[in-house]
Amino acid sequence: MGNSSPALKFIGLFLLMILLFVADVGLGSTNIALREIFAELFYKNSTVGEIIWNFRLPKATTCLLAGAALAAGGLLMQTLFRNALAGPDVLGLSSGASLMVGFVLMLGQTSIAFLAVVSTSPWSQVVAASLGGVLVFVLIIAVARFVRDNTSLLIIGLMISAGTSSLVAMLQFVSRAEDLQSFIIWSMGSVGSTNWQEVKILALVVLIGIGIAMSQVKSLNALLLGESYARSLGINLSSSRLWIVVSTSLLAGSVTAFCGPIAFVGLAVPHLIRLAFPTANHKILLPLAAMGGSSMLLLCDLLAHLPNRTQVLPINVITSLIGAPLVIWMIIGNKKVSV
Amino acid sequence: MISAQQLSVGFRTRRKEHILFDNLDLHLTPGELVCFMGSNGVGKSTLLKTLAGLLPPLAGKVNAHNKDVALVLTDKITATNMTVYDLVSFGQYPYLDWRISLSPSNIEVIEDALRQVHLESLRNQKLSELSDGQLQLVMIAKALAQQTPVILLDEPTAHLDLNNRVEVMNLLRSLSRKMGKSILVATHELDLALQTADLIWLATGDKKIKTGIPEDLVLEGSFDEVFQFKGFDLKTGKVEHEAHRKKEVQLLGTNYSFLWTKNALERSGYDVVEEAEIQITVFGGSKIAWKLNESQFESLATLLAALSRQ
Repeated sequence: MGNSSPALKFIGLFLLMILLFVADVGLGSTNIALREIFAELFYKNSTVGEIIWNFRLPKATTCLLAGAALAAGGLLMQTLFRNALAGPDVLGLSSGASLMVGFVLMLGQTSIAFLAVVSTSPWSQVVAASLGGVLVFVLIIAVARFVRDNTSLLIIGLMISAGTSSLVAMLQFVSRAEDLQSFIIWSMGSVGSTNWQEVKILALVVLIGIGIAMSQVKSLNALLLGESYARSLGINLSSSRLWIVVSTSLLAGSVTAFCGPIAFVGLAVPHLIRLAFPTANHKILLPLAAMGGSSMLLLCDLLAHLPNRTQVLPINVITSLIGAPLVIWMIIGNKKVSV
Repeated sequence: MISAQQLSVGFRTRRKEHILFDNLDLHLTPGELVCFMGSNGVGKSTLLKTLAGLLPPLAGKVNAHNKDVALVLTDKITATNMTVYDLVSFGQYPYLDWRISLSPSNIEVIEDALRQVHLESLRNQKLSELSDGQLQLVMIAKALAQQTPVILLDEPTAHLDLNNRVEVMNLLRSLSRKMGKSILVATHELDLALQTADLIWLATGDKKIKTGIPEDLVLEGSFDEVFQFKGFDLKTGKVEHEAHRKKEVQLLGTNYSFLWTKNALERSGYDVVEEAEIQITVFGGSKIAWKLNESQFESLATLLAALSRQ
């Protein structure tokens, strides 16, 4: 990634993303030749077409969307809080989602009649996760209007996470073994369980989220200088903070709803992008982070599918397993990481 | 332009008001460099931020529009990958919409600001690669790119070496003259402030600010009251030495070689007087030399050594 021009790198990353997308559609537990895939795309009736249309394409599209959303959300949080350790989950949304899904999965089937009805619906996890995310989001927005600085908001988000995590732990303690297992599996993340209808909703929410984020690039850039300088440059801090939080909530919340809490991508990809592309301008960083996130999650999904096996590893196992050494390698090769 | 009437500055917590400055009437004049001095913790930064509209005044009002004031603060900027050009271009942000596309006229302003601080050659340098002095010049360029009539700077020379301090202050003075800007510098650097400021604002510790030209304030003894100098005589600009050797020395010579020799003698505890038994002569010119009791010395160190043996 030496000294090639920024535009070239931009195109390079885009091509990498497309390549990984094609590979993710092409490779899997059933061997399908690339030629066959293109042929079958237009004949939906065969078995191969079935696999591609109803399983691999929605899964690859989910990776594309979820990766972009998580990385963009992570970038927003790192810049808003000027904290290299922030990720899209620092607002506590995924914790809220975990809590609600925990309620449905761990208490639903056994004890509470109302939840039992809900939990049998195929949408139950999505609805529960969305509900949990929205509840925390409303709480955060209410709090954001009263706190004066971003650091307080960060700490409040972390406290909400800690609180909900302890409630989840309590649920785990009292739940049946098989319910606990299904919750643990949910919490390891999954990109393979989405149908086209869900992908459409995810795509809509992610596009809105990224659109809002792009409308805030000026504030994001100015926030790199700190809140005092940003205000002295005419940035309306409370309004841009609100929009950044709304955007991150849409991005992280929708991904958690459909894929579970996917770890690491949101934290690591913005750092990888800043190390590989020497820019501090969010107008460029944001699309780059989105493409980087898509590529990362597609790569992780590829590696989660062991070739010629039916087993699929949970996505969270792979994201950290690949991401962590990658970030360490880039830091050692480059320099210190900061926002 | 910026002015303030009956301005009270400080913090308001839920329980009580903490007033740092009370009932101030202030104004800044175009083309003037004002140094704002006062002891640590007196509230210099708070007043600066209030004047800039970042903090609400406790009472009274500041007559300035947000776009009239550019700020250079002490906040450290650590943004990864940010270049000199990026930082200076922030100065044009108040004139840009959300797309932040720079037009040729924006770029012209940014280039001009870089030229004013002589950093054109460093435009693509990352901030992490700059020295503290260069970083301060970039911050000043950012303030210039804001095209405001007023620039407020908080401790712009802190952590800089003497050379960089002089460069920054000289630059600020020439900018105020050349571009007709009002520049207010909060600073601890008494010596530099006295030599460069057109006007001094002195926080007197009773929640008031005394204003005056540097020399008047020195002669009135205002600085002595505020800073409570310990062993420093502001009127002569010298650190006071005790003539602990109880020896009087007569010194003959002219200009700076005379002054530095006197400095060395006093620092070493001799009393330099009009007439004494011990006589030292300084020969100025291209090669400085000293004479004591018919012997000649090439350096002050050898002269002092000979003196102490006497």
